[in-house]
Amino acid sequence: MTFSPELEARFEKMIGNYPPGRQKGALIPMLLYAQDEVGRVTDELIDEVMDRLKLKRVEVEEVLGYYTMLHREKRGRHHVQVCTNVSCMLTGGEELWEHACRKLGVGNKQTTGDGDFSIEEVECIGACSWAPAVLVDYDFHFNVTPEKLDALIESLRTKQ
Amino acid sequence: MLLNQPHPLETRVLTRRFEYPQQDPIRIDEFLSKQGYEGFRKSLQLSPDEVIEEVKKSSLRGRGGAGFPTGLKWSFVDRKSSKPKYVVVNADEGEPGTCKDRILMEHDPHRLIEGCLICARAIGAERGWVYIRGEYRLHIDILDRAIEQAYERGFLGENIQGSGMTFHLSTHTGAGSYECGEESALLESLEGKRGNPRLKPPFPASVGAFQCPTTVNNVETFCAVPDILLNGGDWYHALGTPKNGGTRLVCLSGHINNPGVYEVPLGFNLKRLIEEIGGGVWKGRKLKAVIPGGSSSPVLTADEIDIPADYDSLAKAGSMLGSGATIVCDETTDMVKLLARVMKFYAHESCGWCIPCREGTAWLSKILARIDEGAGLTRDIDMVDQLAQSMFGRTFCALGDAAAMPAMSIVRKFRHEFEAKTGSAGVFVPAPGTQPLVVL
Amino acid sequence: MADLVTLTIDGKQTAAEKGTLVIEAARKIGIEIPAFCYYEGYSLQAACRMCLVEVEKMPKLQPGCTLPVAEGMVVQTDTPKVAEARKTTLEFLLTNHPLDCPVCDKGGECELQDMVFRYGAGESRFTEIKHHGNEKQWSPMVYYDPARCILCYRCIRVCDEGLGVGALGLTYRGVHAEITPSHGDHLECDECGMCIDICPVGALTSGSYRYKSRPWEMNHTGTICTHCSNGCKTTLSIRNGEILRANNRDQSGINGEFLCAKGRFGYDFVHSGERLQAPLVRKDGNLVEASWSEALSLVARKFAEVKQRGGKFGVIGSTRTTNEENYYLQKFARQGLGTANIDHHRSGDIASLLDALAGKLEALAPVGDLYTTKAALVIGTDLSQQHPLLAFQLRANHRHHGSSTYVVTRGPVREDDYAARSLRAGAGKQIEALEQLRGDLSKHASVVILFGDSVKGADVAKLVAFGDSLGVDVRYVCLMDYSNSRGASDMGLTPEFGPGYAAAEPRGMTLPEMLGANDLDVLWVAGANPLESLELSSTGAFVVVQDLFLTETARRADVVLPAASAYEKSGTVTNVCGEVQRLKSGARVMGVKTDLDIMGLLSKEMGLDLGIWTPEKVFEEIRRTVRGYDVQLPIVVTGGAAPTQPVNGRLPVLPAPDLIRSSEDTLFSSGSLGRYSKMLNAAMEAPGKLYKE
Repeated sequence: MTFSPELEARFEKMIGNYPPGRQKGALIPMLLYAQDEVGRVTDELIDEVMDRLKLKRVEVEEVLGYYTMLHREKRGRHHVQVCTNVSCMLTGGEELWEHACRKLGVGNKQTTGDGDFSIEEVECIGACSWAPAVLVDYDFHFNVTPEKLDALIESLRTKQ
Repeated sequence: MLLNQPHPLETRVLTRRFEYPQQDPIRIDEFLSKQGYEGFRKSLQLSPDEVIEEVKKSSLRGRGGAGFPTGLKWSFVDRKSSKPKYVVVNADEGEPGTCKDRILMEHDPHRLIEGCLICARAIGAERGWVYIRGEYRLHIDILDRAIEQAYERGFLGENIQGSGMTFHLSTHTGAGSYECGEESALLESLEGKRGNPRLKPPFPASVGAFQCPTTVNNVETFCAVPDILLNGGDWYHALGTPKNGGTRLVCLSGHINNPGVYEVPLGFNLKRLIEEIGGGVWKGRKLKAVIPGGSSSPVLTADEIDIPADYDSLAKAGSMLGSGATIVCDETTDMVKLLARVMKFYAHESCGWCIPCREGTAWLSKILARIDEGAGLTRDIDMVDQLAQSMFGRTFCALGDAAAMPAMSIVRKFRHEFEAKTGSAGVFVPAPGTQPLVVL
Repeated sequence: MADLVTLTIDGKQTAAEKGTLVIEAARKIGIEIPAFCYYEGYSLQAACRMCLVEVEKMPKLQPGCTLPVAEGMVVQTDTPKVAEARKTTLEFLLTNHPLDCPVCDKGGECELQDMVFRYGAGESRFTEIKHHGNEKQWSPMVYYDPARCILCYRCIRVCDEGLGVGALGLTYRGVHAEITPSHGDHLECDECGMCIDICPVGALTSGSYRYKSRPWEMNHTGTICTHCSNGCKTTLSIRNGEILRANNRDQSGINGEFLCAKGRFGYDFVHSGERLQAPLVRKDGNLVEASWSEALSLVARKFAEVKQRGGKFGVIGSTRTTNEENYYLQKFARQGLGTANIDHHRSGDIASLLDALAGKLEALAPVGDLYTTKAALVIGTDLSQQHPLLAFQLRANHRHHGSSTYVVTRGPVREDDYAARSLRAGAGKQIEALEQLRGDLSKHASVVILFGDSVKGADVAKLVAFGDSLGVDVRYVCLMDYSNSRGASDMGLTPEFGPGYAAAEPRGMTLPEMLGANDLDVLWVAGANPLESLELSSTGAFVVVQDLFLTETARRADVVLPAASAYEKSGTVTNVCGEVQRLKSGARVMGVKTDLDIMGLLSKEMGLDLGIWTPEKVFEEIRRTVRGYDVQLPIVVTGGAAPTQPVNGRLPVLPAPDLIRSSEDTLFSSGSLGRYSKMLNAAMEAPGKLYKE
């Protein structure tokens, strides 16, 4: 399995960041960056990472189940993450979340029929002073209202 | 990029290089022109012990939440060990209500690198990592670029600025786990494992990253160090209150007119912070409660906040300064709902390692959700308190305490709100649409 | 004695070595501090929080499993605060634990049940919906029920630290956290099942035992595993004569907590549908069932007739039958039939070793030595595959005492993972290669050398010379294949030696010579299958076979006498290290007789006087007459392992090295017995080829 040249370069540098023989340190970032490119953590990807870092399958499984950003299942082209933790909740995050579910017609960790969007109710994403906050893929959106969310979703839809 | 307008009451040390409006943060010349890397240059002229002494004098305390004296922490690192020593930056900002580390990384990344260099000088480290939560992809990119720049200019790598010192720094991306903010769990994660906390002792100072002596500090802690070296520990100490030196970032959020991240001296009055800097409670409403240090800290009622906000004073008031997240709740806030949400968070983030935290947070979360939905019994209210007490101080790491503290404080201080939501005589009356308790 | 510190636990003053954990210090004075995750010999977890105790001057309750004792420490384990903590911890545990004790395999021997009984609350306040995970089958041997799992991580540790396999991990988090097998949805491992034994609850269950019985319905018989030569104790749980499970909850054997797949799951050959349950006699070219009296008298008549006319006998003994049976067999052959042609399948050159060790006392290492020696040298064997207990002991020694292991093998082995040095050398080059390790080995005060079948004949003498030249305390283990390979050799099942390696006069034919001769009148095979790989040249020979199954050899027989397995008889066996242990009969299979009974009845039928054939009487004779076997009876009788004294002098003759060849069994094969074990075969066929080639 090969990745894009940029990612290969990143991986090469990354593995060198850990002490000799402790290249397992690169496991979690490697899975995450590879997932971003592949779309999800596939069996093939697991084998590739095991091979590159000289790990046992169980070592990868342990980590896959633990970290919430790693996922085996396919997601939408855009992953909309709505924070409903305290600061966001106080400023309308829960209403925003419900609105997002209604707007896209799907529930938590589900993907729309056209495969454009998947949504997830997430824990604090560190944008509390600009709540409620939404993370679409890796882009933060602050002080989001239902109207702003609608506009955001529409703009992402037309962009493709 | 995020930045709120500065406030005249702020004391700007960490944020002194911030620009309004925001400019590209990765400009090392700009940084150098504003005393950048001068604190580090000074540390090169001092012995490691003298660097640590300076940090001790400043009474800088860990800004990640626990408030452990930084100089003392550095002094614990086993410098005589034949193993390499490591510097690890905790940028896994995850405590609900906290959004300060990202601001520092977004606007002055070289300050963080300089802080790491000084620490490396003090403990004799030749390598470091900045562990950044995976969602902060933007900050990872900024820091990667800043690090690259520092390498180019000879502030990282070998023979730094001709001093003979070697220090390598890189970012490390997390992948979604609050528990990884706990330093030993962070180290596990850095090694490519699950974020289960480690048994202590041994502490990271003797057995840390990759089994080597390590110091782990929060982003803000490292960022405070350059100015301490530059202006002296005494200067820094004098900014705050005794044993609580310097300034800190507060993240004002919730029901407040001017939410944002502000820099104030330690000991700055909490009430003034909310009313003057934060512009008071929004929509002209009255204050009900303040969570002064992130969701883990015990809640304070409106009449408990006229106190200096430093580690010791907040501890005296039965709460904690925590990570600087100050969440304001107005009179309309449903405290039951708030606690239910907080507990859902802890149940989601409990790593599952120890029984009281794993089972306790899940159980509490279920009870609180039920009470919130109107399907609670009077005895459930006492049970919340009792279960929280059964977790408190008995879990493997501090996450259990972090879940227990808000539960105990909210259920005690706002018991009437819980009572209002439960049947008065303890008769079970499920709310419409409530999921049945027993599924056959 | 190391530094002692004095502390007080529940008002009792005690002294403990520095570094001792409070939980251990308390145990030594009879105070139980309950714990799930704490398990002696494995890494500390402090996860279950059951062991919290009150310690003076410490505000919070402290976990007794990680807290080392300190001078003047005052510990309280029986305060209301501690009792309350235990009660709530158990209440927490039971919130998501299904209360399916009535149908749970572990019911009756569950640590969680016991804990709740002793320390738990009478009622639960939990009224929410339980989190549930579905049960999964990981392998033919292992099932996992995440709902019952209390996450004590014992299984993960025993697999990783104990076995060096590391097939188990932890995945997900919070209440969803569960144990994950090596390959996502299934296990590829040693299938030793130690995770099942060590599981305090019914989360890990055994593929062969689950839902078959309640533990109290069975009788539990501790006996010695009949498969490999290591001599592990396995406890058979038997209901109505049928073995329903074998495990090692007893832990009193030389194997401590260890038991491999063969000892735990490989018992099922006993109740195989292919067991012979009536004698077979060849009539009109076909083997047909006959009565015991008919079969025995036919054999006795034939034996007597051939003996009388001075015909040629060939006798082949077994590497799994008891010492008593082997002794009786050679006595029958030599005294009863007057033949010197007796042999068995040899898998290690113990005779050459004993010869080379002439003049040295206590140079044979007992199994226990592997756990205490400073260093070990493993030559020419894949120890983890063929001698799993010895491999486990070495690993434990390394883990607990930091001992060093050196490996000289043809290919990579699991010991490489932690070995101080590993050298690759094929048979014939191995002794030569040892010189490279001279400097390393001579640094250690004690060295145990284990060698496989690639070191034989003159090489054994060279090896001992090398050991002598190290100038340190060196002991040896001559590795052999099966549960009584060593006993067969000691009891004189060779043409060169009588019992105790006394010279046999005259010297008869070896096993290949017997099969290769074309003038054999009788071939008597008691519990072996030589025709699996060799041909019998004497086409006219009358062949008598005692066996459990219709093996290749039995198919050629004129009379087949159905024999009892080791699990159906009493007696003694001698393990690879020369330790004598007692077999206890447990299972019952209709229609079979023990080999000793068969021989005894034959001798009676022939009118021979070979003595009383009860195991006790024959063992008495062995102790009296066989050199080195005058072992202490109480040790054997009480289930211990009695070391035999090596023959301390030069041997009169030495066997030809080419007779020695190991079968090189894996963890899932066991000669012809393994073929009849469904579980071992299932393990072989399960996905993954990690250890199966």
